[in-house]
Amino acid sequence: MTEPTKIRAQLLTSGANGANGANGVSGISGAAMSVPNNLAQSAIVRILMNHDMETGLRLDPGGKTIPAWFIQTVVIRHLEKTVMTLHCGPAVSKNPFFQFTLRNVRAGDKVSVHWTDSRGETRSDEASVA
Amino acid sequence: MLSRREALRLSAHLASLLSVTGLMPNLALSREGAYRAAFEAHSLAELSRALGVQAPVESREMVLQAPDMAENGSAVQLTASTTASGIKRLLLLVEKNPNLLAALAELSDAVEPSITTRVKLQQSSRVFAVGLALDGRCVFAQKEVKVTLGGCAA
Repeated sequence: MTEPTKIRAQLLTSGANGANGANGVSGISGAAMSVPNNLAQSAIVRILMNHDMETGLRLDPGGKTIPAWFIQTVVIRHLEKTVMTLHCGPAVSKNPFFQFTLRNVRAGDKVSVHWTDSRGETRSDEASVA
Repeated sequence: MLSRREALRLSAHLASLLSVTGLMPNLALSREGAYRAAFEAHSLAELSRALGVQAPVESREMVLQAPDMAENGSAVQLTASTTASGIKRLLLLVEKNPNLLAALAELSDAVEPSITTRVKLQQSSRVFAVGLALDGRCVFAQKEVKVTLGGCAA
């Protein structure tokens, strides 16, 4: 059973990006902008999935090969539309991390992440744009 | 007389064989599991054949952000992005990994043409950011990344 996918989608003008983006600290950044909430903007989306991403090349302590097991497809949707599809090989690091910028979003929009792995297991999670 | 299941399996197998030879390029990009040949490619030439695209060209339109040196090869952060329009797929490749293709992003107009992720590097290696356009054009940027501790043991 995997942990939920962490999804953080932050509007670029919310003041929570730039130098403080890494830890998501909200506050007044150098050039605070006042933008009406209903205007469509861009948002940085960061996704952290929980998965071992075994390459099939590692050996366990007993010397046996640990079988390959990794997320193969990630479908990212915004407002019921697929905005990006990611295909992964086993080289993607454990607990896959992805970051990209989504256009034309409004605060409160739902962003969902659905992944499928090499065993056919799947997981869906969603979050709102902040 | 083939059962329906066997007939479907045979046609899917034939389609994947043909896509590797580059004879049916559109098929390679439209079917679930069709990137399998691409993920098993070991060279840029094999990869572009598997994807049915033209020979890759190094270009300033592609931007690859990668560290000069990574202490931990099990999680090296890479960003592939492009300043060109019309790029619909971004790929990240690691030359000296067991498999060349690490990740592939299919872009829509709803996202900026940029993807950041963390990949394993088995050893110091050239890394490529590749962009594919709908017309089959293939452009790339490359960078040498040194790794202190290889990434397939951790």
